[in-house]
Order: sequence, then structure tokens, then C-alpha cells
Amino acid sequence: MMTADAFWQIVAIVLIAASLSVPFGRYLAHVFMGERTFLDPLLDPVDRLLYGIIGPAQTSRPMDWKDYAVHMLLTNVLMGVLIYVILMFQGHLPLNPLHFAGVNPELAFNTAASFITNTNWQNYGGESTLSLFSQTAAITFPMFTSAATGLVVAVAFFRSLAAADGGRNLGNFYRDFVRALTRVFLLPCLILTPVLVWQGSPETFTGQAIAHLVQGGLQHIPMGPVASLEVIKHLGTNGGGFFNANSAHPFENPTIITNVLEMLLMMLTPMSLVVAFGRMVRNPRLARVIYGVMAIMLMAALFIAVSAEQGGTPVLAGAGVAIVHGGGQPGGNMVGKEVRFGNTQSAMFDTVSTAFTTGTVNSMLDSYTPVGGMVSLVLMMLNCVFGGKGVGLINFLIYGIFAVFIAGLMVGRTPEFLGKKIEKREILLASLALLVHPLIILVPAAWSLMAPYGVSALGNTSMHGLTEVIYAFTSTAANNGSAFAGLSGNTPWYNIALGVVMLIGRYVSIIFMLALGGSLAAKPAVSETVGTLRTDTLLFGTFWLATILLVGALTFLPALVLGPIAEYFAMHAHLVS
Amino acid sequence: MTGSTASHPNMARRVEAYRARTVGLIGRALMDSLKKFSPRVQVRNPVMFIVWTGMFITGALTVNPGLFGPSQVGRWYNGTVTVILVLTVWFANFAEALAEGRGRAQADALRQTKDDVTARKIASDGTLSIVSATNLRKGDLVRVEKGDIIPTDGEVVEGIASVDESAITGESAPVLKEPGTDMASTVTGGTKILSDWLVFKVSADPGHTFLDRMIHLVEGARRQKTPNEIALTVLLAVLSLIFLVVVATLMPMADFLHVHMDVATLIALLVALIPTTIGALLSAIGIAGIDRATRFNVLAMSGRAVEAAGDVQTLILDKTGTITIGNRQATEFISLPGHTDNDIASAGLAASWYDDTPEGRSIVALAVAKGAKHEPSWDKARGIEFSAETRMSGTDFPDGHKARKGAVTAIANYATELYATAASEALKEAALVVARRGATPLAVAIDGDIIGVVALSDVLKPGMRERFAHMRSMGIKTIMVTGDNPVTARVIAEQAGVDDFVAEAKPEDKIGVIHSEQAKGRLVAMTGDGTNDAPALAQADVGLAMHSGTTPAKEAANMIDLDSDPTKLIDVVAIGKQLLITRGALTTFSIANDVAKYFAMLPAIFMTALPGLAALNVMHLATPETAVLSALIFNALIIPALIPLALRGVRFKPVSADAMLRRNILIYGLGGLVAPFIGIKLIDLVLGLFLR
Repeated sequence: MMTADAFWQIVAIVLIAASLSVPFGRYLAHVFMGERTFLDPLLDPVDRLLYGIIGPAQTSRPMDWKDYAVHMLLTNVLMGVLIYVILMFQGHLPLNPLHFAGVNPELAFNTAASFITNTNWQNYGGESTLSLFSQTAAITFPMFTSAATGLVVAVAFFRSLAAADGGRNLGNFYRDFVRALTRVFLLPCLILTPVLVWQGSPETFTGQAIAHLVQGGLQHIPMGPVASLEVIKHLGTNGGGFFNANSAHPFENPTIITNVLEMLLMMLTPMSLVVAFGRMVRNPRLARVIYGVMAIMLMAALFIAVSAEQGGTPVLAGAGVAIVHGGGQPGGNMVGKEVRFGNTQSAMFDTVSTAFTTGTVNSMLDSYTPVGGMVSLVLMMLNCVFGGKGVGLINFLIYGIFAVFIAGLMVGRTPEFLGKKIEKREILLASLALLVHPLIILVPAAWSLMAPYGVSALGNTSMHGLTEVIYAFTSTAANNGSAFAGLSGNTPWYNIALGVVMLIGRYVSIIFMLALGGSLAAKPAVSETVGTLRTDTLLFGTFWLATILLVGALTFLPALVLGPIAEYFAMHAHLVS
Repeated sequence: MTGSTASHPNMARRVEAYRARTVGLIGRALMDSLKKFSPRVQVRNPVMFIVWTGMFITGALTVNPGLFGPSQVGRWYNGTVTVILVLTVWFANFAEALAEGRGRAQADALRQTKDDVTARKIASDGTLSIVSATNLRKGDLVRVEKGDIIPTDGEVVEGIASVDESAITGESAPVLKEPGTDMASTVTGGTKILSDWLVFKVSADPGHTFLDRMIHLVEGARRQKTPNEIALTVLLAVLSLIFLVVVATLMPMADFLHVHMDVATLIALLVALIPTTIGALLSAIGIAGIDRATRFNVLAMSGRAVEAAGDVQTLILDKTGTITIGNRQATEFISLPGHTDNDIASAGLAASWYDDTPEGRSIVALAVAKGAKHEPSWDKARGIEFSAETRMSGTDFPDGHKARKGAVTAIANYATELYATAASEALKEAALVVARRGATPLAVAIDGDIIGVVALSDVLKPGMRERFAHMRSMGIKTIMVTGDNPVTARVIAEQAGVDDFVAEAKPEDKIGVIHSEQAKGRLVAMTGDGTNDAPALAQADVGLAMHSGTTPAKEAANMIDLDSDPTKLIDVVAIGKQLLITRGALTTFSIANDVAKYFAMLPAIFMTALPGLAALNVMHLATPETAVLSALIFNALIIPALIPLALRGVRFKPVSADAMLRRNILIYGLGGLVAPFIGIKLIDLVLGLFLR
């Protein structure tokens, strides 16, 4: 059980985020439907300048799904290579006040893959590995572009669902990309960076402060342009920290105010995108059903995680720790948590972070209770509880295609979704998109657990060690980046395996999804009657939720049983300390 | 099913015959199911192929338990798993064989009518020669006489005869065949000539006759997977693949925890998780769907057509024969000013005395009922038949009087032209009054003096209104096509409760209606029998031709109703929907079952090594071995338990999609969650008795 005050904190944060998502969702729809917004006079010249640089021919033509995918890939490959080169040669590049050498090739690959895919999995400690130039050009820069990539792919997918021309025009990748950068991501960064500075985040190109300690000696305190990174890190659901401790570090997340602000930033675009989806496919009722189902899953996850952490563990209780809240004690499981956030704000932050595929942490998941840690794991396995900007909603829609297919049969019609028939090609593409996720989680995780080079990097043995490995691959497969910690990922095997998983998890999924959209767009629309299965009802929403939970549970339950579930039961049977 | 068997008298007989044959079918299916263990058959079904492969691996483990390294389980365990897997595959084979068997039995019966038929072929010089039916080719001329089996399909060119078509249609009432008419000139191979003789021109080469096609269809020889079945197979294959990955990766994960897993247990887990229930029954459901159409005496050219019928959103129906009983009846006489009601009754009687059409007879009957009397002198009168030019019929009496009846405009023109009497406003009004009631006005004139108007009313077939209401609740739009004027058409449309109508339509207009509906993204079904219906039948997504119709119509359609009852279109839609619903319901059931199987198997597999997990053994199954075996046995037994449902189809009621979904989720979704908990527990209790 949780305290009343925690309950209201959860309700409040979801309500505030929801109320922000409605106007912002409308704004997103305006931006991507080419409608006028109040920022146009300010930003149109900037856009035109960027179109000019990319090339007028490329930025003015319509693209179908293949074209869109190709240009998305080309742009990403180019940026990925650039990041890789910067990391490898940072020793020869400017803004390197602490004189860090170039990053080793495996780690550079892992990091480039991680940041170009919006995963932000970090097998390094930023303050002890990267120059300020690398932090800016190889970390902060792709935080913008990878966020924009995810967003525009989702936008193209929505357009393909609403396409009336057979899908020949799903927009222009470059135009969408530029508009996403200028109109969605850049501006809030400019506005909100000062807020973080006010709360105590540094924004400087000085590499470190040197403190003369009272007891004598010097302390080197690394710093840099942290505040600007924090905004895009959360707004773009990136999650890569400047420091190894990520948002637990007082420079990244100094106060409870920044903690709430960072949570709201993570939630803003993914929630708004559902609203924008409803407008773009001209079916706001469907969007409300999706939003509702996602919100229910999110609330459930928050309640479970916070309850679990507030409840503590029998081991702590047995050790004489005050696990009941009160008397100036936070109670529960405070291991690995910051005192300034407490159980509630910590569990909320990490849950929001995994639900919205940000992956930033303000407390160490490795020290969570089995149930608290499992909530984050499950959210990434499902990868559709709002999820990152775009991909989460597309995953949700893919579950929807399955739900529609089976429910559609049960009403005696060839299943339809948004007026398009779901046939072999759609089922095949949706199935493949769905198959990728468990495949790139379970296979490399099993491999790592068999191989000595996989096992040797683990911080724990037994069920907790198993959870660490599964968590790492789940987090990278979902392009989440949340780290369970406990796994020393900076080994050749994990750098390469996790890097490859991130790339597949991102691009293979995106291509299947765009192909699915293209296939639907090319179909003639079927008219809707009372014999048509309605997807915008409470009944179908419930079936949709059941499909997600059932397919998710069926796929990942064995792994969960051996990891956190076994640990939970063992802990309560006092078999494990 | 909305169409009751009572409306098709020969249906009940057929259904009875099927039941009688069922016992024999089971025996044959048991044999056929053994042949289906062949890898060539198994590889077509990805889900069952996994079970089939697993069966061999556990079989090998039974012989040598140490095949994949040290093992904690013995021969009896591996052997038991193997036996259950063999049974699982066999049950699936049996379901398919049983579904096929029904069609095959019917095909055998049809084949008997075809065997050893000889024909009198007419050579170019007019001489007759006896040849085997298999030597007849398109264009040959054949003579058939009383008692002969008609050797092949053809068009009558000479003679007139009655033919018993019951071998094809099940309808024993003889049909008249004669040359020249659109419908009655087609003969079908396998039918029997009851009287007189016919000469016909062969219209099909051997192997391509209607009977051959029918045999192929009911036997399933050309059965291909339908689009929806393929999509579902893909879905099931990918689900199976996911479970394969899940189970294969489980072993190294367990090893990491120092938990040893036996290969037989892993295979048992895999088989329990993959959707074997629907995988085993999928093929049977499809075959049974076509079979259901066949038992309704509707011959579907492909499974695709039956499936498409479920998707139909617009039905285009002819008024006459489909919505109304074919013939109109006289229901009222209206006299014009200057004439009494008796005058019009007598005039009607006079004009119809020699009219043998049902309409004419109904006028006579009404006139007699109103007290009109015929005069003996009429016996020497001459009947004037209806002709398309004059659009009138009537009687010429010996005393020179002429009685005429016909369409109001035709009679008015006749009176003006031949007798120079202008039609009165009163006539137009009377005609309008009749039309507004949904009846057709016929004007009656004696020597150019228009006496009054006869109202001919359509009689709705019983129960049509309810059926159209059902259609509407399923979201199916009905459009009535009629040659009547718009006023009459509107009234009939309202009486019958159709959604829309097209008045003053020619048969060619149907295709225009289909095009406009299809342009709106709707799937259209229609019935037809004439040659001029053929393009529309081909254009419609579902075209149901009447067996009494012409060959071009039958060739253009993708279904043929052997009873030639156009209202069957409505039943066909229901059959198509039922087919899809059965697939969806059993898929839901199959996947929902997995939850209970996990709860049975996962704790069982791990609780020895990880004792805490015993808390998940919510069913309190006796031992890890009985838990695994119980889940696997349940998984196998559910297949034969659901065969009747797969063959019969899930119960279908014409309600809205939402209501239907709610009902099926409750029964098959929730039922699928709960049923295996009970089933597995019961099996475990029984196993516990033996294994303790």
C-alpha cells in the first residue's frame, strides 16, 4: 500500500501532463498538417534557410513510404557515422579541457548507435570519458535529431493511415524533420534552460570546478553545459545523462521542482502525439480510447512501483530498518535513492522514464524491490505505454492491428482498421514488427547468460544477475536506455551486442511499420456500417488492453518468472538476502 | 441462421441424410487421419508441424533418455509426452479428415449419377450413334428420350420434355425444357428425362460440366486457402515462432540459475503454448464453411466466395420472386365516373376470360367474387394474347365487342387512336390512387370506353420484413430493383422494409447500381438468372446465380443456388459471417488458454529448484510431472472436444457488431481463460490417482 500523499502525487502529475498534452497535441497536429501556427512568422525564415541548405529539390517533393524510409535512413547513417568519428577522435578535437583520449572503437560504436537511435544507453561515465565537444556534438546534438526522427516517422505513419491518394504523398522527410526540430524541440529548450540554471544546473564550457576541502586537499567537480542538455534529454525522451549518475546527480536534477519538470517534459510529446494522432486520422474518439488505455496502464505501473518501494522488503525489515513511513523516516526501500526525492518521487520518476522510453534515472533500479524493478522492465517489454515520441503509439497501433484482426473475425467480417482491410500483408508486417522485439531481447540475453564473457560482466549472480542481463537487452531493444546498473556494459561483447540490438530495435521496427502504413494506404477504403467493428469504443479498448497484456505476458512471462518474480518469492520466503 | 430449414422442404431431407451418413464418415475419417501424418501434409500447417517435429524428438528421447545429455526424467515420462503429442497431431488430422469426408461422401453420390452414361450422338448426316458420354465434345448434337440420363450439359435445340433435376438440386418436381427460352433451354448432365424427347447441343467438354465442377467443389479437390485463412495462418505461424524463441531461450536462462530443464518438458511447454487448438481446427473450419453452404444447396465456386459473403454490405435484390411472390394478384376494382362497380367487375371478367396467366386468373377470381357472371356466348369468343407492342390483352366477342385490359397508358392510347375517346382525368387519378397503395393499375376498356381500373397488388413473401430488419442490424443495406414505376416501388419498398430501391429498372441497370455502391467502398451481393444479369453477377463481389438460370449467368456467378431461391442470398451472408466468427472465436479461445497453461507449467518446471515459485502453483497440481502432463493432455483433448463446434460453426445471431463482439469475447475470451484452469485441475486429479 502507499501513502495518501503518494497517491495524490501520482494523480496530480498524470493530470497535469494530460492537461498540457491537449493543447500541445493540437499544436503538433497543426505543425504536421501544414497549418498555420503562431510561431510561423518567427520560424518560417529559419525553416527556409535549412531547406535551402538541404536542397530545394529534396525538400519540396512528396514521398511515399519507401522514399521516406530511405531518406530517414540516409540521414541517420550520416549522423551516426559523424558521431562515431567525433567520439573516436575527440582527443584531437577542441573543447577538451580535461584532455580525454579518443573513445575505444567498440564503445564508440555502442555510443553512436545508442544516441542516433534515441536509446541513450550509456556504457561510459560522461564526466570521466567525454570531452565537452563530444558532450555537445555527439550527445546533445543527436538528442535533437533522433527525437525528431522518431516523431516524423510516426507522423508519416499517421498520414499513411489517413491517406486518400493511395499513399503516394506521406509528406517530405526533410521538411518534417526541420519542422520537428524548430517547432517542437528547439524552442522549449531555449525557454526552459534558464529554469534549470535557476534551480542549480550549470551551463558552462568550463570543464571542472576545483574545491579546496576543509580537511585539506582538492576536489575536482566536473561540469559543463548541463542545463541545456537536461531539457532535450527529457523532452526528446532521450535519457542520456551528462554524468554517470544521470538525473540522480545534483547538477542534472537539483531539486524537487526540476524532478517534476523533467517528468512533465518526458510525458509531454508522447502524450500529445496521441491527441495529434486523433486529429490527423480524423478520429478523435479512437485517440481518446488509446489515450485512456495507455493512461490506465501508466497509472497502474506508477501505483505498483511506488507501493512496492514504499513497502520495502522483508530483508530490510529483518535488518531493523524502519520501513514504515513516519516519524521523520521515509520508510520503505530507500536503498539507491536520493534523500531529496524520497521513495515516491524516485519510483515515479523511474517509472515515467521507462514508460516514456527516456531511460533517465534519479535512483538506482538495481536496488529497487523486485516488483518495483519489474514494473520498469515490463513497461519496456510492452513498449507502448505512451512510449517514446511516435514509436510507442505505433507499437500500440500494431497491437491494435492484432486486436482488430481477431475481434474483427469475431463479428464476422474481414477485419478492418480505420476503414482498411487487414489481410495477409498487414498481418505479416505487423507480426514481424512484433516478433523483432522478443527476438532481440531473449536471444542475446540467453546468449550472454551462456557465454563466460557475458556472465563475467554481471554484478550479481542468480535471479538478480539474470534480471540485469534481460533488463539491459530489453532497455536497448525498446530504445529506452534505462540502465538497471549492476551490469558492466563496457566490454567488447556488450558494446557490440547492445549496439546491434539498438540498431535493429530502431530501424527494422520502423521500416516494418512504415511498410505496414504504406500497405494500408494503398488499399481502397471500405465504408463503415453498424456491421463494422468499431475500434473507438470502451469494449474494443478493453479488448485492446487485454491483447497487449496477454501477448506481452505470454512472450515475456518465462523470463520474468526466472528473474524478478522468482526473486520476489524467494525474498518473501527469506531465501535470499 | 436466419433461413429456417422449413422454407426449403428438401433441405430437411438432406440434413437427415447427412446425419445418417455421419457414423460412416467417422470411420472413414479415422483412416484418412492416419494418412495425414505424412510430412507433406503436416508442413502446410506451421503450428501442427511444430508438434509433429516435437513428437519425433520426444520419441527419440523415449528410446534413449540421455540423447541430449544427462536427464532427470525417465522413459515413461518421455514416452507419455510422445503419446500425447501423437494424439494431438492425430486429433488435428481427424478434424480435417472428418470435414473433408462429408464433401467426399456427397461427391461419391454425385459421381454415381455420372458413371457409365451413354449418349445418342447425332452425326452431321443425321444418323444416330451410341457413344460414351466421355466422348462428347462442345458443339455435338445429342438426342435424349424418356428415361435417359442426360449425358452432359447443353442447350436444347429441338423437342419439349419434362426433366427430373433432383440429382443436382434435390428438388423432385419435374422441370419443363424446350428450345428458345432463356431459362428453360438449359439441360444439365446427370439429370433424368421423364417424358418425350429432346435434342440438345453439348455446351461443355468432359471434365468441365456442371456435375464435374460440383464434384470438385464438394470434394475440396481444388480447395485453396482463402485470403483470410492465409492471414490467420501467418499470424499463428508468427505466434508459434515467438513461442519457439521464448522456449528455446528459457533453457540457457534456467541453466544460469543452475536449473536443469529436460528437453521433453521444453517441448511440452512449447506445444502447450503455441496455438494448437485453432491450428488443428483451422482447416476443418474452412472446409465445413463451404460444406454448410452446400448443405443449404448453395454451390460456392470457392471458399473465397463464402468468405466474401460475410463481408457483404449491400444486397441487391429483385423485387419479383425475391421480395414478393412472383405473381401479382387483383385486389380491387375502381370504376370511373359513369360506371358502377358491377360494370368494372364484369368488364374485367370479360377482358380476362381467356387470359391464363396467374394475373388474369386472379382478376377472374375477384370478379366472380364480386358477383360478375360470364355469358354462354363467350365460349365462341377469341382471346387476344398480351404482346409487347400493344401491352394489352383481352377478348374479341362474336358480336363484335372488344374487351381490352392493359397498362393505363397503353389503354388510353388505344382508346384515343381507335375510338377517338380522350382519356379522362378520372382515369389518371384512379391510376395514381392504385399506385400509391403499391399496386399496379390495369385499365379495362370495352370498345374504347374505359370502364375502370383493376388494382394488381404484389404479395410480400412471409417474413421478409424481419429478415431485412436483421440485415439492417448487421449493417447490411438492401436495395430492391424493380421494373415498377417509382410510386409503386416506393410502397413495396416501405412494406418490405428495404433501405433503398431502383424503380423502372431494366436488368442492365443492376450493374450501374453495383458500380455506384462499390465506388462508395461497399461490397455488393446480388442474385440473377438471365443472360443479361451475367455482367452484373460478374461485377458483384458475391454473385448468386439460380440453377434454373442460363449458362452465362451461372458461369459469371461465384455461387449457384440449386434450389433457385433468390432469398438464399441472405442465408449465404450468414454462412460467410459464421465462418469468420468461428475462426475468430477459436483463435481467441486458443490464445486465452495459454494463461492457465503457464500457471500450470511454469511453477511445475521450476519449483523444485526455485521453491518460492510454488506460490504460483495456484491450481495445487500434484507433482511437477502431473502438472506438465495435465496441461499437455488438456491441450490435446480440447481439439476433439471442439470439433463439433468447428464443423457446425459458432452460433450466429444477426445483431450489431458491438453486441456480437461482446458476446463472443465473454464466451470464448473469458471462457478460454477459465476453462483450462478447470480442465487441467480435473486431469491432474485423475493423473494423481495413477501416478501416486
